[in-house]
Amino acid sequence: MPALKEIRKRIGSVKSTRQITKAMKMIAAVKFRKIQNKMLALRYYAERMNSVLLDLVKNVDAVHPLLEVRPRKKVEIVALTGDRGLCGAFTSNVMKALPRLIKEKRGEGLEVSVSMTGKRGVDLFIRRGGHLRRSWVGLSGRVTYTNAQAIAMDIGENYLNETFDEVILLYNEFRSAIAQKVVAVPLLPLAPIVSEGAEARQEGAEFLYEPSQQEIFNRLLPKNIEIQVFSSLLESQASEEAARMTAMENATKAAGDMIDHLTLQYNKARQASITAELMDIVGGVEAIR
Amino acid sequence: MGTQTESTIKLEIITPHGVVFNKGVSEIIAVGVEGEVGLLPGHASFITALQIGILAYRSDKETRYIFVNSGYLEISGDRAIILADSAEQAEDIDVERAGESRRRAEEMLKQGEKIDFARADASIKRATMRIQAAEKMAPR
Repeated sequence: MPALKEIRKRIGSVKSTRQITKAMKMIAAVKFRKIQNKMLALRYYAERMNSVLLDLVKNVDAVHPLLEVRPRKKVEIVALTGDRGLCGAFTSNVMKALPRLIKEKRGEGLEVSVSMTGKRGVDLFIRRGGHLRRSWVGLSGRVTYTNAQAIAMDIGENYLNETFDEVILLYNEFRSAIAQKVVAVPLLPLAPIVSEGAEARQEGAEFLYEPSQQEIFNRLLPKNIEIQVFSSLLESQASEEAARMTAMENATKAAGDMIDHLTLQYNKARQASITAELMDIVGGVEAIR
Repeated sequence: MGTQTESTIKLEIITPHGVVFNKGVSEIIAVGVEGEVGLLPGHASFITALQIGILAYRSDKETRYIFVNSGYLEISGDRAIILADSAEQAEDIDVERAGESRRRAEEMLKQGEKIDFARADASIKRATMRIQAAEKMAPR
């Protein structure tokens, strides 16, 4: 009875698959929580940094090459994807939005270059014949501020020596554990954080500065890129783990359904074989008579 | 009368990875880009950029050290805030790991040319400072 044995084998294999997807879902949940904590920590730092910059702009000319809006000729898109699969449409959503964005920018008469993080996206993009200016892989699961700094530094330098005049980040924004959405966020030139601060120019505590205020401002401003890159990386990671949680949840459910279905099939086949055997016996008895 | 408690500065060290330190201290010695600065309670409002270096603070008549990776210090009234790329209390520093990363950076420098000298240099400085901070704590 090969059919019976085969079905039993399949049930066994689906069961072990279900165990794996269940475990993966749980791991994704833990990682997701970790990343959420990181996001909170960063938010506190970013808020502080912002208030410091606001304090500074009260007293300095907010002039910096990173703030300057140049005539746009070339635009850089930095797309954030993941290193690993099994996370539903996480990477493919970005990879779908990317050509659209490229087309749109080309439509505006701009030259477009692309950089990317995440092995999944990078491999796919290259397979489709795309060219990447830079790629970063192996960040998934261990995004640190240092990684973000390296990326921010590369982008910043190339912006300053006019490799491109505008930078857009494309990534999965984290809305909630079940909703992620691909967004395109302008990174450079830096948004004028300063306008409100300049208006609020007031008599506060008089500070002594070392070195000059302007110099401190110039030092701190690039941190803004780092913070934005870091926070986007974290958001993308949170989305990835959330997407993986959902995907693995669905897979676990699907495996359960499959097991039910196969069990039913198995029982039917077993019954059929018993019936057939009975028929044989009855047939044999009839023949002897 | 004599019940006056020792005045302190509330020192908070914040990094992108979280708050590393948050406690009242009686003295801070930090490494600014233009040299060391000592801060006592009642210091005038002051803002400085920090180097990669070791910050010392006194609390309960004890001096302790924190590795601070560049950033920014602001003191105003009885509050001091440091925003740093990273920071580690001396007793938490993994000397072996720091030595390892210094070795790696030095190797990179030796290979030369294709690498970013400033970055490798900063990397060496960071590792060295971390080791020094840890060693300062050791002989107690």
